[in-house]
Amino acid sequence: MSDFLDRSEATLDLKVVGTRPVRPDGADKVTGRATFGADFAMPGMLVGKIKRSPHAHAAIVSIDTRKARALAGVKAVVTAADFPDLASEAYEAGEGAANLRDLSLNCMARGKALYDGHAVAAVAATSSVIADAALDMIEVTYEVLAHVIDVEDAMAPDAPLLHAHLFTEGLEAKPDKPSNIAQRNRLTRGDLEAGFAMADVVLEARYTTAAVHQGYIEPHACVAAFGADGQCQVWSSSQGQFMVRTYCAKLLGLESSDIRVTPAEIGGGFGGKTTVYLEPVALALSRLAGAPVKMVMSREEVFRATGPTSGAVIEVKLGARADGTLVAADVVLKYQAGAFPGSPVGAGSMTALACYDVPNFRVTGFDVVTNSPKVAAYRAPGAPIAAFGIESAIDELALKLGMDPLALRMKNAVRDGVKAAYGPTFRNIGYVETLEAIQNHPHYTAPLEPGQGRGVAVGFWFNIGGESTAAVNVGEDGTAVVVTGNPDIGGSRAAMAMMAAEVLGLPIEKVRPIVADTAAIGFSMLTGGSRTTFATGMAVTQAAQKIVVDLKRRAAQIWEVGADQVDWIDGAAVCLDASKTHPDLTLAALAARSARTGGPIGAQVSLTAQGAGPGFAAHICDVEVDRETGHVTILRYTAAQDVGRAIHPAYVEGQIQGGVAQGIGWALNEEYIFDRDGRMENAGFLDYRMPVASDLPMIEPILIEVANPRHPFGAKGVGEAPIVPPLAAVANAVRAAIGVRMTGLPLSPPKIRAAIDAR
Amino acid sequence: MAHVVAACSTCRPFTGGTTQFEVEAPNVRRLIAELDRRYPGFGDHITRRMAIAIDGEIHQDADAAPLAPDSEVYLIPRIGGG
Amino acid sequence: MTRTHISATVNGDPVEFLSDAGATLLDALRDELGLTGSKEGCGSGDCGACSVIVDGRLVCSCLMLAAEAEGRRIETIEGMADGSVLHPLQRKFLEHAALQCGFCTPGLLVAAKALLDANPDPTESETRYWLAGNLCRCTGYDKVIRAVMDAAAELRQVRV
Repeated sequence: MSDFLDRSEATLDLKVVGTRPVRPDGADKVTGRATFGADFAMPGMLVGKIKRSPHAHAAIVSIDTRKARALAGVKAVVTAADFPDLASEAYEAGEGAANLRDLSLNCMARGKALYDGHAVAAVAATSSVIADAALDMIEVTYEVLAHVIDVEDAMAPDAPLLHAHLFTEGLEAKPDKPSNIAQRNRLTRGDLEAGFAMADVVLEARYTTAAVHQGYIEPHACVAAFGADGQCQVWSSSQGQFMVRTYCAKLLGLESSDIRVTPAEIGGGFGGKTTVYLEPVALALSRLAGAPVKMVMSREEVFRATGPTSGAVIEVKLGARADGTLVAADVVLKYQAGAFPGSPVGAGSMTALACYDVPNFRVTGFDVVTNSPKVAAYRAPGAPIAAFGIESAIDELALKLGMDPLALRMKNAVRDGVKAAYGPTFRNIGYVETLEAIQNHPHYTAPLEPGQGRGVAVGFWFNIGGESTAAVNVGEDGTAVVVTGNPDIGGSRAAMAMMAAEVLGLPIEKVRPIVADTAAIGFSMLTGGSRTTFATGMAVTQAAQKIVVDLKRRAAQIWEVGADQVDWIDGAAVCLDASKTHPDLTLAALAARSARTGGPIGAQVSLTAQGAGPGFAAHICDVEVDRETGHVTILRYTAAQDVGRAIHPAYVEGQIQGGVAQGIGWALNEEYIFDRDGRMENAGFLDYRMPVASDLPMIEPILIEVANPRHPFGAKGVGEAPIVPPLAAVANAVRAAIGVRMTGLPLSPPKIRAAIDAR
Repeated sequence: MAHVVAACSTCRPFTGGTTQFEVEAPNVRRLIAELDRRYPGFGDHITRRMAIAIDGEIHQDADAAPLAPDSEVYLIPRIGGG
Repeated sequence: MTRTHISATVNGDPVEFLSDAGATLLDALRDELGLTGSKEGCGSGDCGACSVIVDGRLVCSCLMLAAEAEGRRIETIEGMADGSVLHPLQRKFLEHAALQCGFCTPGLLVAAKALLDANPDPTESETRYWLAGNLCRCTGYDKVIRAVMDAAAELRQVRV
């Protein structure tokens, strides 16, 4: 069970929010009835498959599809020639601007293959077997080019160039030669030199991480049907049906209103499904074939051709006084972007020092293209990588100073009123509370055996707000349906129903949430950025509040009293006029008379939610290292996080536990391994080793509630902060266990063995 | 007079390296318009690529958000999550 | 290409279907029989999302050819509930919030059922090692293990 530290100022008497009801989609999920992307079928459906480049970097000299098109059962073959040749344009549709040209080229290569697995053609056929045969018949002539994958190799002046017209942005003087460095960003404060001059202790270190994949168990899948009248239907496993609609429209030159996207249940996303790979291709095939096309990726395709997150280099220089006060920090981040610009190095730069009040710093970030799949968002994108470097360095600094690692962090902790490293002043944050929670937790002082070690680390993530629409509709029997446009990837639809139930005064069983398609609900920004409970929850709550105002008006009309003489308590209208003796009118009673009191009862709210509260996390990790094999066992893990208010505590705990598990995998075993030709050698779950049940202990979450005053129930986003601390928490624990600082992830057994041997 | 700090390198081509501005504006829309007047193209860049933190609270697409005379305003790159 | 005719028993019912030579049991369950509860996560027997029970033995259906199902007794997630009465494992998964996206859940439930059929009183460690063949990326396994052990306790009481 988790510890509840309720610090909210307003003590609300909540009946539903904060409880743990069974999720409304639960029965379907445990009986195998829930429909995920690959479970959907339409009559006359064809099978779509993609031909992929076997070269990490190659010019596409020619593609001959004649034989494939002639094969019986093949109904369509497409290449880049079947897609509009888009100009380079940044367009908002996902969570930030995507370059439409890059997105189009990533879905279907034009002129050049930029990574092993890059799509070069696609077919639709009447069966899987025929589709595979057709792929083999497509003749592609390549001119293989030198490739580059390591981020520093790609930054070298003589590196093979991916894009002839890519010039580094963000430098003082515009460069005259193209480069693989797409952008350099820089954050500064104070005077770096003066700062280091004040330091009694200076620590310099270099850390590296490898590219890792989000690892969702469900491969990408969609069904697309291009109608004879130009109206399209897409069924997709995605984090954002509106994002899919927009990108398909833009990539194919269609109108948004001509595409209806229905979100399937989604088998994990973690940011990796906030973009499109298959949907535009499936629609293009369907248009040619005149039939629906289903496309499902294999696991190998998921690894080779969908965005992992960056592999990176983190260089840290810290200066501190003897008493532990940080006086200066110089950080350099070099992140792989994959085949097209757009790594999360910007967020990495902004979050690197976010937990620390440092008067002088410089954080420099490089976004570098490499011949590997285009990087996609992965849970707090950019932050875990930077935190690995900073938290490892802080740990080393604590050792150098002879200070307790938590005390060092407490000494330099950000609090309300302190300026964040990325600029604005913090308000209503709960960082110090998370530090205190783990400092006071029995885990922190529990005894350890020889060969075991303990590490701590902290982390930060912004969380976002954004556009959401929600509708609440009351049925004739007084039950309600909550309609939103946010795919449920972590249990959010339960929270939506709970918030509406709380406001309406209904038991949770009488409020059913659904996730609607793009034609059935107003626009919502996708599910990601830890925004759904905050922003869509805000829209749901406001819609329910509008209904309550309307219900009071209806009761006032029935009772012939002023609207201010009616209150709404526990799901019923109560007459406040002492001179009248009207019994309460329940929601069901009012719903039964809706026609005579103004019509159907319902409300819709569209908003852009502002004021998302950031998340802070502090973790403790105990490990045991087998010195003979280099194997690391996670013995115990405790994770404290400021969650604002836990709407459904079990799902908040689940987010923390899941993020921790991913972070542990990132720290210990996961990595993209490329061979000499730039091909991924471990494109499967056997050798891309994610944590299994026997790798982990129970993970204890501590929910700290410092309410966000901008959310009606005080909620903050929770899903992403949990993955930020574990990389360093594990590495710091290993350092304590073996006395050697591991600076490169993952900490796989051969590396640990080598480090122990070298000692 | 709102004190505006632009915490990003992508602003440089528009502002020539200046990162701090004093701007009188009652809301975000007028703030962006004034910055665009001083540095042509900067307004469009802010609208499309930046979020705005007003007194510590991050706003994206918040044209009507009011600014107090002494508001602390930061322009930061838009954040995307996962 | 000639397709093979296969007769088997699925969730207690006799079934017949045709399959291509290279099709797996998973393909047959999903595409021929419409039982889409078993999922393909990897196609190589490494994630367990396709777990079914064949003649009483826990199997990755993606590693078995459809033709090998001839004459066999197969149990899938769709047969776990008794009509609309959920199996205690299914109920406990819901009570403990042991699922988030739900994609690995059918495989986990079938594997957990096979565990409790073989060992009604597993320790936490035995449970973790038995379920090590079922990848979950969302939950970190904590609530899954609690749910399985809680269901085991309930089933032991019922048997007594």
